[in-house]
Amino acid sequence: MATPALLIEGLTKDYAVGFRRRPHRALDGLTLRIEPGEVFGFLGPNGAGKTTTLKLLMQLIYPTAGRAEILGRPIGDIGARRRLGYLAENPSFYDYLTAEEMLTYFAQLFGYQLPERRQRVSDLLDRVGIGQERRFQLRKLSKGMVQRFGIAQALVNDPEILFLDEPMSGLDPLGRRDVRALILELREQGRTIFFSSHILSDAEAVCGRVAVLAGGRLVAQGRLTDLREFSARGWELVVANLSPDALERVRPRTARVTPISAGRYGLELPPDSAPDAFLAELVAAGASIVSLNPLRETLEDFFVERVTRAASDARH
Amino acid sequence: MRVIRHVAVNVFRESVRDRVPYTLLLFAVLLIAASRVLAQLTAGQDVKIVKDLGLAAIAAFGLFIAVFLGVGLVSKEVERRSIYAILAKPVSRAQFIAGKYAGLVLTLFVNVMVMTGALYLVLAWLMATATPAERASWDAPAMDPEMLGAVLMIFIELMLVTAIALFFSAFTSPLLSAACTFGLYVIGHFTGELRDFDTLTDSRAVGWLTRGLYHLLPDFSAFDVKLQVVHGIHVPAGYLATTAAYGFAYVAALILGGTYIFTRRDLK
Ligand SMILES: Nc1ncnc2c1ncn2[C@@H]1O[C@H](COP(=O)(O)OP(=O)(O)OP(=O)(O)O)[C@@H](O)[C@H]1O
Ligand SMILES: [Mg+2]
Repeated sequence: MATPALLIEGLTKDYAVGFRRRPHRALDGLTLRIEPGEVFGFLGPNGAGKTTTLKLLMQLIYPTAGRAEILGRPIGDIGARRRLGYLAENPSFYDYLTAEEMLTYFAQLFGYQLPERRQRVSDLLDRVGIGQERRFQLRKLSKGMVQRFGIAQALVNDPEILFLDEPMSGLDPLGRRDVRALILELREQGRTIFFSSHILSDAEAVCGRVAVLAGGRLVAQGRLTDLREFSARGWELVVANLSPDALERVRPRTARVTPISAGRYGLELPPDSAPDAFLAELVAAGASIVSLNPLRETLEDFFVERVTRAASDARH
Repeated sequence: MRVIRHVAVNVFRESVRDRVPYTLLLFAVLLIAASRVLAQLTAGQDVKIVKDLGLAAIAAFGLFIAVFLGVGLVSKEVERRSIYAILAKPVSRAQFIAGKYAGLVLTLFVNVMVMTGALYLVLAWLMATATPAERASWDAPAMDPEMLGAVLMIFIELMLVTAIALFFSAFTSPLLSAACTFGLYVIGHFTGELRDFDTLTDSRAVGWLTRGLYHLLPDFSAFDVKLQVVHGIHVPAGYLATTAAYGFAYVAALILGGTYIFTRRDLK
């Protein structure tokens, strides 16, 4: 078998908390294997242990137990660091430098020389959409711009594997779209991406596989479509120009009807209905389709359900 | 080496952006003002006083820079989490510490050089305006090159202070680091008394303890040759060399100790 891009075995972290430094288990025996070229979503609610895992992988903190390998090398290996990129959660950089100077500094740490370095820095700033602000001191950038800068610095060495801790946080809708596009582009180039998020839709848009963490434990892992918990719970349809007759005809087949404005309705369809035929019928009746969305259990519902189940299992 | 150099240059750049050079301006203004006042108050003695004051001020301004920048070197980066992105690059924690230290030493070097230059300029001016009788009364020439020996000792002392500040900065908050560094600096000026303490006590144990402490704590008084230089007493090169070697050995031990602790700790 090929060398996995990331291999995590039984990774565990206890933090010492409080005055008496009692151990608090933030991550409990995490085991994962990620192949080269995968885009992997690392999901979990607040406090699940996502950031802890990423900090362990970057050796910003040391594990209580377990081990991990990045690109076939043990974590902490300087050679592996040349080939990876990391975006921390709410990243922070030197306020007194401009975006250009800061990125140049990072490029220097990798040994890039002029003139390649200048080109690379300016291309990257343009690519993440802060080319206009390249001469701004970082303290003068908005939160979303700092986040974009953070993505640029993670890419400075053309990494084979990227670790992104909540890459979409702080970004506006355009920014989120840009980051998704960037991730897909990086995937096209064959790079491996491991990113954390607590927003399921971010993961759905780009991920092949996901792992779900709750309370420091891995609670599910696999393709999103294979995770039964995430399959559609029904469909939400918005239609306009729907005549009252047509509405009465289809009403028995809907789970709920919500009037929005004159002729415009929100219709909820049960999971076993075939939305295609249903849509065709509405269109034939002269209605126009505004939107159709699958109704899924949210990540939060999933956590609540899983965590309560785990807790009750533990009692028996 | 490349990595250490880039980290160091960035520390220097930060000090410039933090307006550290303004302290140099303050130094020059104070020195010139003081010498003007002294020239009027003391006939002929002003050269000695300006030298004394100038060297003391170089040490004091240097100490200020070393402590206030030194205590934040590592802990500020950990607190602000700006260190995360750097350590995820091919930079080891040891290289990070070494670069930070080298950068602050570079900053101090430039600052001490500029202050020394300003002192020599003021002295040159005093020499140019002095009468031949006044010049004859001086213990040492106004622009005595022996002063450079005193400046070298001050610089090595500052290197040691920086290493102490960095050492504490590797595992505690800036405030605590500053307190500990100042504490050691003050105690370090009185270790001579500790050494001689066993002649005052009958207890063997106390004698051993004070001797042990003397050898463990940095002996800052060894670096102070200002008085000799000001009074035109020659300081042997051998003394300067052994004291410098002592300083370097102490610095090396602190940097190694700081690196040892820093590479093993979790960054919050
Ligand atoms: N430095 C620390 N000291 C003590 N406990 C910590 C520390 N950092 C995190 N924890 C604890 O570890 C657990 C996991 O935190 P972590 O930051 O990994 O969560 P997360 O999944 O990244 O959450 P979020 O979505 O909010 O970013 C939490 O219970 C948290 O309180
Ligand atoms: Mg987090």
